[in-house]
Amino acid sequence: MNRLEKLFIEKPKDILNIYFTAGFPGIEDTMPLLRAIEKAGADIAEIGIPFSDPVADGETIQKANTQALDNGMTVELLFSQLKEMRNEIKIPIILMGDVNPLIQYGLEPFCKKCQEVGVDGLILPNLPMDEYLLEFKPVFEKYGLFNIFLITPQTSEDRIRRIDENSAGFIYMVSSASTTGSTSGITDEMRDYFDRVDQMKLKNPRLIGFGIKDHSTFTEASHYANGAIIGSAFIRAIKDSEFPAEAGSEYIKSVLG
Amino acid sequence: MLQIENSAFAVDERGYYGNFGGAWIPEMLYPNVEELRQNYLDIIYTEDFQAEFNQLLTDYVGRPTPLYLANRLSEEYNTTIYLKREDLCHTGAHKVNNTIGQILLAKRLGKNKIVAETGAGQHGVATATVCALMGIECIVYMGEVDIERQAPNVARMKMLGATVVPAKSGSRTLKDATNEAMRHWINNPVDTHYIIGSVVGPHPYPDMVARFQSVISEEIRKQLFEKTGSENPDYVVACVGGGSNAAGTYFHYLDEPSVKIIAAEAAGHGVKTDKSAATTFLGKPGVLHGSKSLMMQTLDGQVVEPHSISAGLDYPGIGPLHAHLWESGRATFYGITDDEAMKAGMKLSKLEGIIPAIESSHALAALDYLKPGSDETVVISLSGRGDKDLATYMKYL
Ligand SMILES: Cc1ncc(COP(=O)(O)O)c(C=O)c1O
Repeated sequence: MNRLEKLFIEKPKDILNIYFTAGFPGIEDTMPLLRAIEKAGADIAEIGIPFSDPVADGETIQKANTQALDNGMTVELLFSQLKEMRNEIKIPIILMGDVNPLIQYGLEPFCKKCQEVGVDGLILPNLPMDEYLLEFKPVFEKYGLFNIFLITPQTSEDRIRRIDENSAGFIYMVSSASTTGSTSGITDEMRDYFDRVDQMKLKNPRLIGFGIKDHSTFTEASHYANGAIIGSAFIRAIKDSEFPAEAGSEYIKSVLG
Repeated sequence: MLQIENSAFAVDERGYYGNFGGAWIPEMLYPNVEELRQNYLDIIYTEDFQAEFNQLLTDYVGRPTPLYLANRLSEEYNTTIYLKREDLCHTGAHKVNNTIGQILLAKRLGKNKIVAETGAGQHGVATATVCALMGIECIVYMGEVDIERQAPNVARMKMLGATVVPAKSGSRTLKDATNEAMRHWINNPVDTHYIIGSVVGPHPYPDMVARFQSVISEEIRKQLFEKTGSENPDYVVACVGGGSNAAGTYFHYLDEPSVKIIAAEAAGHGVKTDKSAATTFLGKPGVLHGSKSLMMQTLDGQVVEPHSISAGLDYPGIGPLHAHLWESGRATFYGITDDEAMKAGMKLSKLEGIIPAIESSHALAALDYLKPGSDETVVISLSGRGDKDLATYMKYL
């Protein structure tokens, strides 16, 4: 069974998914950060594959991407860092990033590698649903990978239903119309949208991301969905630290309260 | 505007030209792009839209632009050369054909704010212009490097009432301005329309922009017939940044095999150096800014920072139509170096009294490779005027 599927059966509430960019702040930080994330009590780790032109990201994650690339991070290097990962890390692992590096690596070789190292799902924001269904889905399924779709406050009800139909693992609820890293907190408009989607009784679990940054926003998001995703706030917590794993661990503990 | 549904080079149902195109966008942009896709053809082929569009092209832009027989240039190359004078459009380049079309579309979609990216500043000026004309708020993203090398256009945009925001990431040129404009649209999805300045971006942008620019070849056909008794030249030549003046110049000739299609790309210091923007020489298929096309990238799929002396051609990709024209062999591409373009620009100035935009100078330089015969006819898209480039030309002198 895919680890994501198992997780949501065993723990349907208060899921914490932590995003970080591979190769940031240091090129060798991938495994130490994964260990810290698991040990501090997060439920899912989402590893960002850095990209030169991350269009859906705000400044914090853009800068992390640039620094990671300057550090020399590549897809191949990431797979080699993750090679022995499953000897120690038990939580589900998701790779997240622009679809182009995957296309250049080759769809089938990429998915095969994911399975070999123990990746459970992929978030590729600029992979459209139709292209996914046409070309990617059979390969993802062959290698046991869940594709995680995004929905936003502007996504129509019909389309949310269609996304739910074609999703596995969970649905990524983008909290507001924005790039990553907004610091607005949770607004009434967002609460209406969270409620609206909650009442749709989708078959997939939902995690809320974008703008979740601390204990209170995490707790509130968890009230409306199965949990939340934290990215920019985690990056901010580790970016200037001499000991990113420790800083990340402390941050996660503060979020979980 | 001609309907082209039957062309071998028309976009298909899925937004593809052969293997290239599509709408590779994050979900945040889906509602906007989908709204556009569902409505653009219905809106632009209404009588009311066509009447307003054509009237503005005539009375405001100054169309039709002349098709000028360049006698001394023809003599120099021992052939017959016509220049399609897009440099005489209001605002100084072909870009305004597209911004007029898109602002009319945006109004009909109920949008009251506009965002745009710009490289040379010509698209930014053309966007700021139509926003002033319609009384609509306008934000233009422009790379920091380009702000410096195209200062006159920055001043024009400001005078026209637009807000110019510097793009400070990456190579700080057109690619980065495009990233920022897309981010702005993600953050302002409801009231804002994004006016892309070339035949790039997610479907339906490449097709929509090509249709608005197709007025160029529509006029060439008519004007050439009046002048020579034939609608068809032997060659149509244009520079390709994203490829909008080229798409407009080729449009009515795509299915006319006797007309050879020539594209001039910016080779920068040369296609064998790492300072180039010649995408068909150096690129591979990939996804950038919402479509699958050719793009300059590393083995790992990271976008390579391009170089061209011309801000409008300093982009690591080309529109999906052009990738298809390249792959199918319908068009021939030449890589023109900075040097070759500057020389061609100087030459046109001295021979014809026309100072071309450095972008257009790349198309002129292709003549040295084409070597057209004495009985052949060449039409070159003179996409813009060189006023904005005087500082760069002066440095070169
Ligand atoms: C005068 C001129 N020609 C050509 C271009 C290149 O754009 P495109 O390839 O879309 O025509 C530009 C872009 O700024 C321009 O200003």
